[in-house]
Amino acid sequence: MPLAADELAALADAALDAATGAGCQAAELRVERVRSQTLRLHDALPETTADATEFGMGVRVVAGGAVGFAASVDVRPEEAVALVRRAADMAAVTSRAGGGQVELAPEPAHGDVAWSSAFEIDPVDVPMADKIALLTAWSERLGSHHAVAHTSAALLAVSENTFLADLNGTRATQHRVRLQCQLEALALSDSGFETMRTVAPPVGRGWEWLTGGEAGDGGADGNWDWETELNDLPELLAEKLAAPSVEAGTYDLVVDPSNLWLTIHESIGHATELDRAMGYEAAYAGTSFATFDQLGSLQYGSPVMHVTGDRTVLHGLATVGIDSEGVEAQSFDLVRDGVLVGYQLDRSIASSMGFARSNGCAFADSPMHVPIQRMANVSLAHSGATGPTTDELIAGVERGIYIVGDKSWSIDMQRYNFQFTGQRFYRIVNGRLTGQLRDVAYQATTTDFWGAMEAVGGSSTWVLGGAFNCGKGQPGQVAPVSHGCPAVLVRGVNVLNAREESGR
Amino acid sequence: MIPAQEVVEGGVEAAAAAGADGCIVLVEETSHADVRFALNTTTTNGVQRGRSVSVVVFAESAVGTASRSGVVGPGGAAEMVAAALADARQSPPAEDAFPLVKPAQGPDRGRPFDEGPEETDATALEGVLSALSGAFGRARARDAVLAGFAEIDVATLYLGSSTGLRLSHSQPTSAVTLVGRTADGSGSAWVGVPSIDPSLEEMEQEIWRRLDWAARQFALEAGRYEVILPPSGVGDMMAMAAFDAIGGQDTEDGRTVFSKEGGGTRVGETISALPFTLYSDPDEAGVTCTPFVATSASSSEVSVFDNGLPFGRTDWLRDGKLEHLRYHRAGAAKSGVPMAPYIDNLILRCEEGKGGTVDDMVARTERGLLLTCLWYIRPVDPATLLLTGLTRDGVYVIEDGKVVGAANNFRFNESPVDLLARATEVGTPVRALGREFGEYLNRMIMPPLRIPDYNMSTVSQAS
Repeated sequence: MPLAADELAALADAALDAATGAGCQAAELRVERVRSQTLRLHDALPETTADATEFGMGVRVVAGGAVGFAASVDVRPEEAVALVRRAADMAAVTSRAGGGQVELAPEPAHGDVAWSSAFEIDPVDVPMADKIALLTAWSERLGSHHAVAHTSAALLAVSENTFLADLNGTRATQHRVRLQCQLEALALSDSGFETMRTVAPPVGRGWEWLTGGEAGDGGADGNWDWETELNDLPELLAEKLAAPSVEAGTYDLVVDPSNLWLTIHESIGHATELDRAMGYEAAYAGTSFATFDQLGSLQYGSPVMHVTGDRTVLHGLATVGIDSEGVEAQSFDLVRDGVLVGYQLDRSIASSMGFARSNGCAFADSPMHVPIQRMANVSLAHSGATGPTTDELIAGVERGIYIVGDKSWSIDMQRYNFQFTGQRFYRIVNGRLTGQLRDVAYQATTTDFWGAMEAVGGSSTWVLGGAFNCGKGQPGQVAPVSHGCPAVLVRGVNVLNAREESGR
Repeated sequence: MIPAQEVVEGGVEAAAAAGADGCIVLVEETSHADVRFALNTTTTNGVQRGRSVSVVVFAESAVGTASRSGVVGPGGAAEMVAAALADARQSPPAEDAFPLVKPAQGPDRGRPFDEGPEETDATALEGVLSALSGAFGRARARDAVLAGFAEIDVATLYLGSSTGLRLSHSQPTSAVTLVGRTADGSGSAWVGVPSIDPSLEEMEQEIWRRLDWAARQFALEAGRYEVILPPSGVGDMMAMAAFDAIGGQDTEDGRTVFSKEGGGTRVGETISALPFTLYSDPDEAGVTCTPFVATSASSSEVSVFDNGLPFGRTDWLRDGKLEHLRYHRAGAAKSGVPMAPYIDNLILRCEEGKGGTVDDMVARTERGLLLTCLWYIRPVDPATLLLTGLTRDGVYVIEDGKVVGAANNFRFNESPVDLLARATEVGTPVRALGREFGEYLNRMIMPPLRIPDYNMSTVSQAS
């Protein structure tokens, strides 16, 4: 944070005194600095380098039962006072058109809070030259393989410093970092091309994730095995290029966590956002089939399905100490034994739907944006240390496909019908992998898919995946979020041939 | 806050003083107001004042960049220049290196550099807000719920360079969208207009007309249907082509639908039987946009070295033939083709075709589906530009020239390139707001299209 504690306190005092004076029922000031770096290489040469710092402050008030928000890049106490006035004006102006019923669910005051995510080296502090050097070496390594015609590499690094002060009495200073590194190789043949991308997930970790430590399984405490991934990718791509096109039809799927995290994100994560389920996103992100009247009764999936939301998992992208409304980070059940048992909440939706407290899912992606309900880390539980390995799941399939890595994704506005592709698809015949396939897309209705989940893998298969770029809200906001999951076995899923879908 | 022009001059001076071999300074002043509504009530809103400053500093042919929001005085720009120059001096030569643009290279485009920024504030929302309270009441009376969004963003750009460029451009970007749903969720309709001051009454009437259509419901199977794709949906499909498929380098690499098998590109090939022209033009009436290159970071198609380069119209398709792919100057020079910049609008026209509105095309339809808009459109297979997505907020069944009811939604798998190749009728192009990509590419002029065999891959239960 470029401001010292006394400067932040002066801003907070100015804003909160003004809010009290204006008779606001609630108010919070957020001062935030978000540093983001982007590096892209094409054929091992830098193509994009960008280093951006967003710095500003925003004030949200509840006044006369209506919400108002105002933000500015002019971070001074006088401007903080002006923002309270502008936000209160917005509350008044917009509520005249209809509104004025907002209450925020109560939250204990947390006093002075200092919180940081778990990392050793803030990735934005590493010189760009070092980043270019690492990605150049990795790109050259991929590009030196005879099967690889072109390579691309991308690195995104973010460091967020935030300060929140609310009328409730919470003043939270927080710092978190995140990192995403992906490399992709392209191979050409007479009949076209194929690509393959690394499946290493984005993480709430520091630079050490790319360079240091023992190679592990990518789980909560492991480092990613970049060595193996970079080593194997070209051969896997060459095999994919020569692979047969899939025959469309119904298959049993063994889905790797590197693919499944995105299916969880789209079909469970968004569907269990209560603001969506109630219709607050009807004009944009959409609503949800998991309507509130089905809480406690909707059979979301098979009895082996247990899903939690949390903002607490180590290295999670949505992990935080205090959320953007002053609510403490929590962990909570969304689906238990296959039944819908919870929703993700912010303070206003919690209050309006009769919950005693928000479960801490408010987030704003910028000091210029109002906090809205955003996704917690939504994760599927594994079946313990004695649960099946991926090989054991595959062994239970007569005719199926093992899917690794995410690629294309799409789901409808009530989160029923989805279609996903992947990076690698292996044909399973009589319990064994028998080589790769091309052109696979799987399509299902959410409750059918999760209802057909026969087995979830053990803890050895569990990986924390995720994304930097979850979109929601108007104006659009982008949120990072993690999803942990094991490998799973799903019976009888509709598989399309993407090439045939195009009519060719 | 010191004026934007002073930030530009401060940055240019700091770069010269620090020994940089050149620099670009971009300052964008923004103001913004928005209001959201749902469940017949206003929900969130916001007013913002922003400024972002970017410096691009050159050390021989290497580049360093820095961008910051927040108040930046001349001292702040100097700090950014120092950081960017340090990066540049450690970086390898840039692949897209090219001599910086000089003032003599084209006519001045845009507005005078010494003019102050244009601005907006909450008063821009007054028209929409005053119409909304009545609309909410009428919705309640109909047992319907309205949701939507109104937003205006005004951005004024200032660009200065070490070569003496001093350019400015200002443009508003706005949209109002309205969704109406029956209380039981069985019917849903959408109207979107790329303006902050549309006739909300007309939008509302269109919502009621469509919800009335939905009173009769048809359950249809997946399959290929004759479809009237309205301008919003055409715009979203064409936007994906413009985002994903017309990059010169990507196409030469062999990774787009316009790559030629065995190498090279399909420029010059006929893509569609109907003589479609897909183009971008900063001077196109109704969708004017920044008429010079302004970018703080390079990509495969856009280069920081080209900053300030004035441009006019570029045809991507002309009369059904692939005409241009997007290249920065360095890429174009390397490939021996014309430079074609990123331009922030997209227009599709066809000289042949009956023209007319969506309603006219419905009247000419014996049996088919009228779509409202498309949603969640994502690439599936870049080799064919196969996209998947969903129909949303209204699929209407047409029989004998009239809408007779609403059908369920579908997931589709289609390629925009194939849609142009298969279209049998083209309506009159109009200013359109893409439901999906309108927030990224607000300035589009698109016709409705008749597609005889649109691939509805599966049924979506969403309503």
